[in-house]
Amino acid sequence: MNAPLKPNSFRSGPDENGRFGIYGGRFVAETLMPNILELERAYREARTDPAYLSEMEGHRTHFIGRPSPLYFAERLTDHFGGAKIYLKREELNHTGSHKVNNVLGQILLARRMGKKRIIAETGAGQHGVATATLCARFGLECIVYMGAVDVARQAPNVFRMKMLGATVVPVQSGAKTLKDAMNEALRDWVTNVETTFYCIGTVAGPHPYPAMVRDFQSVIGEETREQMLEREGRLPDSLIACVGGGSNAIGLFHPFLDEPSVEIYGVEAAGHGLDKLHAASISGGKPGVLHGNRTYLLMDADGQIQEGHSISAGLDYPGIGPEHSWLNDIGRVTYLSATDDEALEAFQLMSKVEGIIPALECAHALAKVGELAPTKPKDHIMVMNLSGRGDKDVPQVAELLGTKL
Amino acid sequence: MTTRLDARFADLAAKGRAGLVTYVMAGDPDRETARAILKALPGAGADVIEFGMPFTDPMADGPSIQAAGLRSLAGGQTLRKTLEDIAWFRQNDATTPIVLMGYYNPIYIYGVDAFLADAKAAGVDGLIVVDLPPEEDTELCLPALKAGLNFIRLATPTTDDKRLPTVLGNTSGFVYYVSITGITGAATPDFGKTAEAVARIKRHTDLPVAVGFGVKNAEHAGAVARGADAVVVGSALIEVLKGSLDAEGRATAGSVAAVTGLVGSIAAGVRNARKAAE
Repeated sequence: MNAPLKPNSFRSGPDENGRFGIYGGRFVAETLMPNILELERAYREARTDPAYLSEMEGHRTHFIGRPSPLYFAERLTDHFGGAKIYLKREELNHTGSHKVNNVLGQILLARRMGKKRIIAETGAGQHGVATATLCARFGLECIVYMGAVDVARQAPNVFRMKMLGATVVPVQSGAKTLKDAMNEALRDWVTNVETTFYCIGTVAGPHPYPAMVRDFQSVIGEETREQMLEREGRLPDSLIACVGGGSNAIGLFHPFLDEPSVEIYGVEAAGHGLDKLHAASISGGKPGVLHGNRTYLLMDADGQIQEGHSISAGLDYPGIGPEHSWLNDIGRVTYLSATDDEALEAFQLMSKVEGIIPALECAHALAKVGELAPTKPKDHIMVMNLSGRGDKDVPQVAELLGTKL
Repeated sequence: MTTRLDARFADLAAKGRAGLVTYVMAGDPDRETARAILKALPGAGADVIEFGMPFTDPMADGPSIQAAGLRSLAGGQTLRKTLEDIAWFRQNDATTPIVLMGYYNPIYIYGVDAFLADAKAAGVDGLIVVDLPPEEDTELCLPALKAGLNFIRLATPTTDDKRLPTVLGNTSGFVYYVSITGITGAATPDFGKTAEAVARIKRHTDLPVAVGFGVKNAEHAGAVARGADAVVVGSALIEVLKGSLDAEGRATAGSVAAVTGLVGSIAAGVRNARKAAE
């Protein structure tokens, strides 16, 4: 196969049809099309409206606590003995992860559009908690769809959402995890399309979601760029982030895509291994169409979608955002994968060596930092996105390590 | 070019009655039973058959059709087998139009060109692919029309007069009006309003308009048939089939008759609708 032509800019996508190369698009039922076109119009107007942007800026500063620090991880740097490692501290945001960046943008947009009923899907519960939080803040009705299996294994986040006033609907269809929660949210939206705003949690779904969510998350990379220039007087040499749907990763990567000197790495969840159960759509899947977009997916030979598996519920999705699929094919970003065991080891390492308990999702990225950093010279600057804190994972990790809490 | 669908709707118009479109899922609850149902549908009163292609993630379908798809996939149904089932049906029935209905991914993975060639050879007449709106017409709709297959589009209550021409643009065979904003098998619509909606669509097209979503019995079907060219029934058939299965979910001696019995009763409702109205 011929490699796709290199564009003049890696940041100009998607095109008017919502495509990044062959990926993306608007593969949804007709009932949703008028609404998706309305959303696209509303977002196009909002993104250049100074009032909208300044309102978002105010809440970023005072409600979320931005900018998040860019932190020099001195002990991890010494431990790996190579590249100088910085952490972008998204885990310090209100609600404990990068998810809130996107939810803020979408909720402010929903308010502009006059939608008072918000629906969301969630896997581990981080996006659900962020959505419930902003709905509480703005007095909006919030319904969160969550696979029944995830409801059982993420009980603390379910309780947090309920405390915040959200209704959590356990989804009993299919495999009862994130993919099925997204199906059920789409069914709700088809049914209540006039009144409802669907707040998607990652850079996937029909156009304009992948572009819109990326824009909201790009604050991560924009701040990183500014902070790094201030701190080191130059750009970083490499970036690395974990990828499920890929919103934290694209948020860090996007402002650097047109800097040829910056190496970029995404890390997928290899679960038990790429030849066994995993959730690595690029490393172990192929292009297909699901949930409104064409992208790399896990599926069988008949095109039936398979379940993802990862130790981390936040990476446990059989797809990936379409822009990542394109960045992979075009060769701008290198996608690696880390297994459950590697992530579990990295989780413990960061806790002990750096005094930060990372989310299991980010532990996947750290596992690959541990492979890449030692191969780099000491003046190589590597930035890892620490997109979430690990408190939510403590009960699960305790159980995996054989400790009864 | 006149297709089996064109011929069937012309025939219905000549007879002065509405048609009955029946939806059943390929491979549900097993391949042999689904084939037996398929074969029996025209005799029971089906004028057009929609044959469901099972998919793991049917995002516009309610619990009945979701479960039917999973039963079918658990039994090993594939898109290739579904096409073989239609070729088998065509050995004994050259006139009843068959429309394949489902989602895009299995077709995309099969390969669009190979799928269209094999579907045409098997005797498929049209396609309804739920997650391909007009904005994605280059994917499958335009190649299907070129291959001589009808591409049937869904119009919904959210499809306003401004959007209707876009939706109807490349539609052929018939227009499927979804009578509710919602998923299959959900609420029963206000059938009075569907007649208005059909009239609105007919101001934009000469194609026949079939109405579905929420039609559960002969009475509903009769109400819809008074104002539409055809009535679509699906979830109700899937439910009656499910009700005939044994505790392990296997077909019983009564499974085929359970489906054809309901089809017969609904067909009578459709056929008597306009007489009753006169």
